[in-house]
Amino acid sequence: MSLKSKDLLTIEELSSTEIQLILDTASSFKEVSTRSVKKVPALRGRTVVLFFQEPSTRTRVSFELAAKRLSADILNVQTASSSLVKGETLIDTLKTLESMTIDALVVRHKCSGVPLMLANMTNATVINAGDGFHEHPTQGLLDMLTIKEQKGKIEGQTVTIIGDITHSRVARSNIHGLQKMGAKVRVCAPPTLLPAGIEKMGVEVYHDLDKALKDTDVVYVLRLQLERQKKNLFPTIREYSQLYSVTSERLKHAKKDAIVMHPGPMNRGVEISSGVADGPASVIDEQVTNGVAVRMAVLYLLKGEKGENNG
Amino acid sequence: MFSKVKAVVMEARDMDRALTRIAHEILERNKGISDIVLIGIKSRGEVLAERLAAKIKSIEGHEVPCGALDITFYRDDTDTHQPDKAPEQTELPFDVSQKKVILVDDVLYTGRSARAAIDEIIDFGRPTAIQLAVLVDRGHREFPIHADYVGKNIPSSSKEEVLVRVKERDEKDEVVIAESEK
Repeated sequence: MSLKSKDLLTIEELSSTEIQLILDTASSFKEVSTRSVKKVPALRGRTVVLFFQEPSTRTRVSFELAAKRLSADILNVQTASSSLVKGETLIDTLKTLESMTIDALVVRHKCSGVPLMLANMTNATVINAGDGFHEHPTQGLLDMLTIKEQKGKIEGQTVTIIGDITHSRVARSNIHGLQKMGAKVRVCAPPTLLPAGIEKMGVEVYHDLDKALKDTDVVYVLRLQLERQKKNLFPTIREYSQLYSVTSERLKHAKKDAIVMHPGPMNRGVEISSGVADGPASVIDEQVTNGVAVRMAVLYLLKGEKGENNG
Repeated sequence: MFSKVKAVVMEARDMDRALTRIAHEILERNKGISDIVLIGIKSRGEVLAERLAAKIKSIEGHEVPCGALDITFYRDDTDTHQPDKAPEQTELPFDVSQKKVILVDDVLYTGRSARAAIDEIIDFGRPTAIQLAVLVDRGHREFPIHADYVGKNIPSSSKEEVLVRVKERDEKDEVVIAESEK
């Protein structure tokens, strides 16, 4: 059993069997992180490049930890300190890295499609760590693992995603993945933060938070990208917060045993209240823990085959 | 995975007798059960380790700790070998340091699984000793590894497969020799 592609670019292109394999493998890797020696030799001698061209703490640290726990060697290439600021093109940077024989490239970029472009130009494994407004597959996978652990299964759960859907790669990855695994997905946002044609993705669209939360098993709060306010997509942060912030009071509309998730970083008091973020329904810390396990699973499953498959 | 069975070499009663003898040998050699832990290699070694633990309990009257290893991440053939299922979790609910570890597997063949298991155990701590118990030793070693307790020696051709079946996973207990598909 393995993944079909050499790369992980989107959840959209994964089958439900492949998603299941990644989640099962991740569950096994979770145990490794509880040992006193938190390391297995599975990727010994492999080189993983973390190529982050956009600010990131948790995703980069999570990938770095995942690669280290698999005994891989890691290179960090970040915009500010790379030749890209001297005018080198992305493709030339890739060729340079490839000439040093790397095995995997973890890419975060502000433009959608950059990981795909790079994947087509290299034999190395490319893992998308978030590209523009497109997808953030490992986030979607860690969210699905969290739901599976908390709820027992993904199938049949009602998941409500609240916030800036238009600019959210996290939302896109989750919508694709959750639907493949049999969950019902709702989105809730003001119309200006919903992309045109979102219904075509098979989701139910809500503009009223209380209605959207009714019978919800999983409340998924997205970060409000505060810079969007400058584009007049919503009048004021205060107004957005009054209508769409998930507070203890609003959460009562969801199922009693509903869980609350957030991909981070949070704007406390804007899209989520501290009471909810730190409350009993919150599984936000679990998401972070699962992030390392899912990234270990992805790095491990995509490590590539050198010889013939002799099953 | 449907290889053609050529011969049944152990039936349920033979397997049970062999395990009973191994349980006694473990106790005799280690002079009792103090500091002994059993660790099975998943998946069939885990079942056999649990059976040995039950036998030791019925002989000595005390429980011995029992754990299980999934050695997938320690294999030396990850470049070429495609596992046919997702790896399982390693479950060692005790500290292996200062313990005598009895490593349990179904078949001893090249010795590579035992090597991987020993490496994994050492990552958890420093046991005073690791001993190897297997139901079947079929020869063809590629590493300097030998078993301390053997249920049955079954000389086999490398073109054959020796399959241990346990009722917990395969409906019935038996050991068969099958034609390899390769």
